[in-house]
Amino acid sequence: MMASTNQTARTDGGRIKALVGWIDDRFPLTKLWKEQVAEYYAPKNMNFWYYFGSLAMLVLVLQILTGIFLTMNYKPSAAEAFGSVEYIMRDVEWGWLIRYMHSTGASAFFIVVYLHMFRALLYGSYQKPRELLWIFGMLIYFALMAEGFFGYLLPWGNMSYWGAQVIVSLFGAIPYVGDSLTEWIRGDFYISDVTLNRFFALHVIAIPFALVFLVIAHLMALHEVGSNNPDGVEIKKVKGPDGIPLDGIAFHPYYTVKDMVGVGVFLILFCLVIFFAPTMGGYFLEHANFEPANALQTPPHIAPVWYYTPFYAILRSVPNKPLGAALMGVAVVLFVFLPWLDRSKVKSIRYRGPLSKFFITAFAISFLALGYLGMQPVTPTYTMAARVFATVYFAFFLLMPWYTSIDKTKPVPTRVTYHAH
Amino acid sequence: MTEEVDTGRRHFLTVATVATGAVGAAFAAIPFLASWKPSARAKAMGAPVEVDVSKLEPGAMLKVEWRGKAIYVVNRTPQMLEGIKGHDERLRDPGSSESEQPAFAKNPARALKPEYLVVAGVCTHLGCAPLDKFAPGDVTVSADWPGGFFCPCHGSKFDLSGRVFKDVPAPTNLVVPPYRYLSDTRILIGAETGNG
Repeated sequence: MMASTNQTARTDGGRIKALVGWIDDRFPLTKLWKEQVAEYYAPKNMNFWYYFGSLAMLVLVLQILTGIFLTMNYKPSAAEAFGSVEYIMRDVEWGWLIRYMHSTGASAFFIVVYLHMFRALLYGSYQKPRELLWIFGMLIYFALMAEGFFGYLLPWGNMSYWGAQVIVSLFGAIPYVGDSLTEWIRGDFYISDVTLNRFFALHVIAIPFALVFLVIAHLMALHEVGSNNPDGVEIKKVKGPDGIPLDGIAFHPYYTVKDMVGVGVFLILFCLVIFFAPTMGGYFLEHANFEPANALQTPPHIAPVWYYTPFYAILRSVPNKPLGAALMGVAVVLFVFLPWLDRSKVKSIRYRGPLSKFFITAFAISFLALGYLGMQPVTPTYTMAARVFATVYFAFFLLMPWYTSIDKTKPVPTRVTYHAH
Repeated sequence: MTEEVDTGRRHFLTVATVATGAVGAAFAAIPFLASWKPSARAKAMGAPVEVDVSKLEPGAMLKVEWRGKAIYVVNRTPQMLEGIKGHDERLRDPGSSESEQPAFAKNPARALKPEYLVVAGVCTHLGCAPLDKFAPGDVTVSADWPGGFFCPCHGSKFDLSGRVFKDVPAPTNLVVPPYRYLSDTRILIGAETGNG
C-alpha cells in the first residue's frame, strides 16, 4: 500500500518534470524563473524601505482587478455615471467593497509610491548605473498621476467635475494653442458627457496598458543592474568563486517570504481603512463629491485629492497663471533629472555629510507642508507659507549640484553592513 | 556583375522605407487626433441661447447656461455703475486691452448697454465660478472692496465690470461672450448677429 503511493508520487513528479521540459523546449519558462526570481541575487541588507516596490505591484494588481469588476456596472455617461456609482454602492452584491477597495487603492498606491521614491532619494538609488531604472519609475509615476486624474472624473460628483475643469484649464495657460488645446482635450466647449466618455477610455484601457508596460521595463532594468541597498554598495563588485555576489541572497525564497510579511501588514492597514474610514475624513473621497456634477455651482472650496496637493500648492502660490502652471510642471518633472543633479561620490545618506542630510530633511518637510497647504483655503498667510516651502522644494533640486559636490562624505565600506538576527 | 551586397544602396533603401512609413503613420494619426475635436452634435448644442431680463430687479443677477458654463447677467444700478469708476490703478487690465470680449464691450462698463452686464461666470484663472459679492466693503473679501466678483477657489477678484484686480492669480478680465439685444429686454447670448 505504502509502496504503491510512493510509486504514484514519483510518477506524478516525473510527469510534471516532463511537462516543464516540454514547455522549456518551446518557451523559456525555467530560464525566466531562474533569471528573474530564483537566481536573482538581491543585497542581504535591504531594510523595511524595500517593501514598497512589491507593495506597489500588489496595489497595481488590486486596482486592475477591482477596476475590471467596477466597469461591469459603471456607466460612462453624464446622465448615468453618478447614479451607476450609487447603484454599485447600494444594490450590487459586495459592490461597496469593490468600489472602496478601488478608491482606497488609489490613495494607497500613491502612499507606497511616495515612500518607494523617498527610499530612492535616501539611498541614492537613482545614481549610476540606475538612471534608466529611475526614469522608468518616474514615467510610472507620471502615468499614475494621469490615471488618478482621469479616474477621479468618473464618479461625476461635483468635485470630480470642478477638479477636471481646473486641471484641464491649466493647458489653457500655454500661449497661442492653449484655448484650442483645452477644447481638444474636452471634445466640447466644457467638461461634458464627451469628456467623461473619453476619460473613461483613457482610464480603463490606455493608461493601464502604459502602466503595465512601464512596470515591466522598470523590472527589467532593475534585474539588469541589480538592486541598490541602504549602504549604496555595489554587491556585484565582490563575488564568490561561484560568481554569486557575497552579499547577495536569492530573491526567492528570501525576499518573496520577507515581502509577504510586508503584504500582511499592508493588507491589515488597507482593510482598516476600507472597513472603518473609507472616505478617510474627506481625504480619500472628498465630501463635495457626494453630490452630482453641477456645471453652474462650484464647490465652495476646491482641492484636489491629497496626492496632488503639494504641486497644487505651488501652482496657487504664484500670482501669474502661465508661470504658476509652468512651475507646477517643473516641480513634478525635476525628479527625472536627479541622477545628473546629484554630484555626490557616495549613494547612501548613511555616508553623506550634513549638507545633504539637511537638504533632504528640508525637502521632506516642505513636501508635506505643501501637501497640507494645498488642501487649505486661500489666505494671505497660507499663500506666503506656500511660497517659502516652494522655494525650499526647488532649492533641494537646483542647489543639489552645489551642496552634493562640496559636502563631506564618509568612506563607504566594500561590503554591506549587516547584523544577523 | 558582382556578388557583393551594395551596402550604400541597402542603407538608402532602409532610410527611404522608414521615412515613407513615418509619413504614412503621421497621416494615419490624423483621423484619431481629429476625432477628439468637438463633434457636430457638440457644436450644435453650443448654439446661442435667449434670455429675458424684463423680470431682473435692479442690483440682481441671473445665471443662464450657454455651452455648459454659467453666463452672469447683472442689472446694474446707477450706484453700482458709479462703483466701477475710480479704482483703475488697482486693476490689471482696466482698458480690457488683453482681455476677451466683443469689440462693443471694450469699455469701462464692458457692456452693450451699461446697465446690463453680461459676463461668463468662469474665472480666467482655472475656470471656477466667481461668487457675487456686490456689497462694497464686504468683509468676506476686504475692507476696501468696491463690490464685484470673488473667486473662492484661488482668491481672484473682479470689479462690477468683471475687470480683474492686481495681485490675484487670474490673468485677465472675465470673458464677455458675444451677445446682442433682440428687443429691449431680450438678449441673445452666443452670437452678435442673427437670431440664433
